[in-house]
Amino acid sequence: MAKIIIDGLEIEVPAEATLLQACEAGGAEVPRFCFHERLSIAGNCRMCLVEVKGAPKPVASCAMAVKDLRPGPNGEPPAVITRSKTVKKAREGVMEFLLINHPLDCPICDQGGECDLQDQAMAYGVDKNRFSENKRAVEDKYIGPLVKTSMNRCIHCTRCVRFATEVAGVSELGAIGRGEDMEITTYLESAMSSELQGNVIDLCPVGALTSKPYAFQARPWELAKTESIDVMDALGSAIRVDSRGREVMRVLPRLNEEINEEWISDKTRFIWDGLKSQRLDRPYVRERGKLRPATWTEAFEVIAKRMKKAQPERVGAIVGDLAAVEEIFALKNLMGRIGSPNIDCRQDGARLDPSRGRASYLFNPTIAGVEQADAILIIGSNPRLEAPVLNARLRKRWRMGNVRIAVVGEHADLTYTYDYLGAGPDTLSEIAEGSHSFSEVLRGAARPLVIVGQGALAREDGQAILSLAARLAGNVTAEWNGLSILHTAASRVGALDLGFVPAKGGKDVAAMLAPGALDVLFLLGADEIDVPAGPFVIYQGTHGDRGAHRADVILPGATYTEKSGLYVNTEGRVQQANRAIFPPGEAREDWAILRALSAVLGHTLPYDSLVQVRQALVDAYPHFAGVDEIAAGDTAGVSKLAQGRAGKLGKATFANVIRDFYLTNPIARASKIMADCSALAASRAGQQAAE
Amino acid sequence: MSVRRLAEQQPESFAFTPDNIAWANTQIAKYPEGRQASAVIPLLWKAQEQHGGWLPEPAIRVVADMLGMAFIRVLEVATFYTMFNLEPVGRHLVQLCGTTPCMLRGANELKDVCRKVIGPEKTLSADGTMSWLEVECLGACANAPMVQINYDYYEDLTPESFEAMLNDLRAGKDVTPGSQTGRAASCPSGGPTSLTDETLFDGSVIGAWRKRFDEAKAPEQAPTEAAKPEAPSPGEKLAADNPGERAAKGKPAIKPADQAAAERSVPASDPATSPDPKRVKPRAVKAKTSASAPGNGLNAVDGQDNVKKTRAPKAPKGE
Repeated sequence: MAKIIIDGLEIEVPAEATLLQACEAGGAEVPRFCFHERLSIAGNCRMCLVEVKGAPKPVASCAMAVKDLRPGPNGEPPAVITRSKTVKKAREGVMEFLLINHPLDCPICDQGGECDLQDQAMAYGVDKNRFSENKRAVEDKYIGPLVKTSMNRCIHCTRCVRFATEVAGVSELGAIGRGEDMEITTYLESAMSSELQGNVIDLCPVGALTSKPYAFQARPWELAKTESIDVMDALGSAIRVDSRGREVMRVLPRLNEEINEEWISDKTRFIWDGLKSQRLDRPYVRERGKLRPATWTEAFEVIAKRMKKAQPERVGAIVGDLAAVEEIFALKNLMGRIGSPNIDCRQDGARLDPSRGRASYLFNPTIAGVEQADAILIIGSNPRLEAPVLNARLRKRWRMGNVRIAVVGEHADLTYTYDYLGAGPDTLSEIAEGSHSFSEVLRGAARPLVIVGQGALAREDGQAILSLAARLAGNVTAEWNGLSILHTAASRVGALDLGFVPAKGGKDVAAMLAPGALDVLFLLGADEIDVPAGPFVIYQGTHGDRGAHRADVILPGATYTEKSGLYVNTEGRVQQANRAIFPPGEAREDWAILRALSAVLGHTLPYDSLVQVRQALVDAYPHFAGVDEIAAGDTAGVSKLAQGRAGKLGKATFANVIRDFYLTNPIARASKIMADCSALAASRAGQQAAE
Repeated sequence: MSVRRLAEQQPESFAFTPDNIAWANTQIAKYPEGRQASAVIPLLWKAQEQHGGWLPEPAIRVVADMLGMAFIRVLEVATFYTMFNLEPVGRHLVQLCGTTPCMLRGANELKDVCRKVIGPEKTLSADGTMSWLEVECLGACANAPMVQINYDYYEDLTPESFEAMLNDLRAGKDVTPGSQTGRAASCPSGGPTSLTDETLFDGSVIGAWRKRFDEAKAPEQAPTEAAKPEAPSPGEKLAADNPGERAAKGKPAIKPADQAAAERSVPASDPATSPDPKRVKPRAVKAKTSASAPGNGLNAVDGQDNVKKTRAPKAPKGE
């Protein structure tokens, strides 16, 4: 720690902190454009000038470390002044230079209202322009379907270039030319390929990079802002849903150091147009092979008629990937009251079982804990597609150095280098037996991290692989539990917490989908499965996707932006998503639909409001009371898992579960933006294959 | 400066010749493992050389692949440095200096010649052999105006000689690099104007000093202290010659003008023109003690200066 005087106030900051950080700590606000906490220091905008006592000229505070300052003549701590006339004049000078070439098109700029340059010009801009020459004109660049460019507005802060190179790990953006003619572009204006590229929109301090789908849609001050949780992957990234009236206009990230820092994936950010199209806005009933719109009463009556005929053992329920805890809880209660043991939440057939303890299906070291790992083994997963933000965290760890990362499974460009060990379970057992060179690395690591993807678990020998992985994770202590299950479905951990798996004698997903296994099948937003002809299918969901096409009765539900719901992320963190808008048409919140249905079926559920649902939920499963907290799994479960021998290993190599990052769930498949991205990714993959 | 873009028409592919690959590998080997990207400029330069003086887009990708760099990183370098030509250039690339000294000496007329003989700037001539562009200072201002054609400088140009030279180049005739008026290097064009005194070179002045120094040093029996003061040691040069020492004593530096005045007032004391050894020592002593003896001519000037320039040292700010 070092002492420093900021505007007369003596504070103590870490010696390696920059002056800018010290000023912030001392309560002095320093304007900046190029500086960003999570990117390398560029020091090229010069907006953060401060006066350092004894220095002949103003100093760029972002690039000067506290430890580089000398003490005063009598040994007093170095003094920084941020409010002097010199500082104001210096910043005004910088601002004047920045504004020389910046167009005055704020009224038609999408950044207007949330623009750093606009805001700071209020403080440091001069009202007149002394520059009588022509302004620079820069051609707009195509850098992909998501990011719109307006390069006249660029102030060359290079935040986007640094983000793409450092955080996203794809060196696609660059600054060509020099001086005034410097231009930000991709190589020959090709589309960016990163799954995190949308973040450059947030990083851009001006309106040079804006959201293409959102272009000219709304002004920030018109939008209602709702803090919520993302469900596109199992990380539960913190998001802010901006809505106007009954429409979600955009999704932005929120800061959450524990999970997503301040990044979100493109799927999270640009999914919003999928919330408006292909929506189920009223109940439907299939008559003579065709779905016809119906009223809620009609739909419930049709269901009640079928349920009366069906034996409880021949009724089943499958939970989809986007369901919140409340409706899973309600569905579980309902199935329990009906007396059906056939419930499952593992659409992909992952061999995860809550009976083996919570630690056996969580990302135990936590996402932030990745930064402490010293050896990382990724099994049957492509984190770049399954959880892009987690992949950014892995890359961050890799950039810190002193870590060995290895992959067993498919080859993939993960944006960091790794040792490719093998493709299937054979390699895994070699490592476990110690005959592989990587076993020593794992054994020598104090904090090994073993990431198990669904690609390794959703197969016959999934349980054996899980127990192998547990063995590889080494000694589990209260401090470090390296077994990390990377889920891809936002609902999965919550459903496993609730024990939404077949009860004794119950059928799992595969058995339920066997021809002739069931008479009635209830799908709670389950769209990733193919239901064979035979059972009467009730589909409760939001989009006219695969499940709705097969359905005999459709009950329109609410998406994650339209209901308040709890989600448990892959770490086991309980988080609450909030309602930004109301569901369209006659669609209702999902728990309420189940509550209404239960009354028609004669098994009325004992709650009438969301508060009561949550109360019942917490009574039954106390850990759901700790929102934003992780109830750590018991380590004994993992140790037991590691010791247990659970079946033979198969021969097949691991295949990653996500084939198309942009089309993993019904909302994404309804989104035109995601379809464009998917087509682009496919053509890029085709090109690479051709080369 | 203007926006530089890759050429519209690009070749299908680019590949280094085996010789150049071997050369490139020696360049890459200069840098430690993981720092191969440091060789990007030499490799781009070689690619440009191989490809007729300009850098095609496929070459950028080839270089990027050789060095394990992203394409955009190499493109950044290629577009940053103006000596990488991104558009086709002539076999004879004329880089015409238009910076102030050359401009004053007629670079604008040379530009007219270029326009006449070659065509518009930065475009290939009709026959495809030549192109020209204006560049910033090439560092041959003494021989302005000048141009660089490929790797050679051509200096002291007149519109006539330049035009003749361009025509010769186009015709495939040999032209002589360097000054076109025949002067050697950047010597004064009308012959030497300084150091013309023959005695400087015949040993009568400097040689005599040296001789005297050697004579004084030679006799072994003579005490060394006696010999030393005879020669002007660095510490006993004229005051102005040693501003560092003066500064250390808290005296302002002597301006050349002041010193010239001082020398005029005591012409005999100039050691360069007074080979008499006896005169040297007292002169040096005077210079040393000038602060305490403001009487003599040299220090009178000095002293006045002192009064004017020296400010009382500021007291440290009380805190």
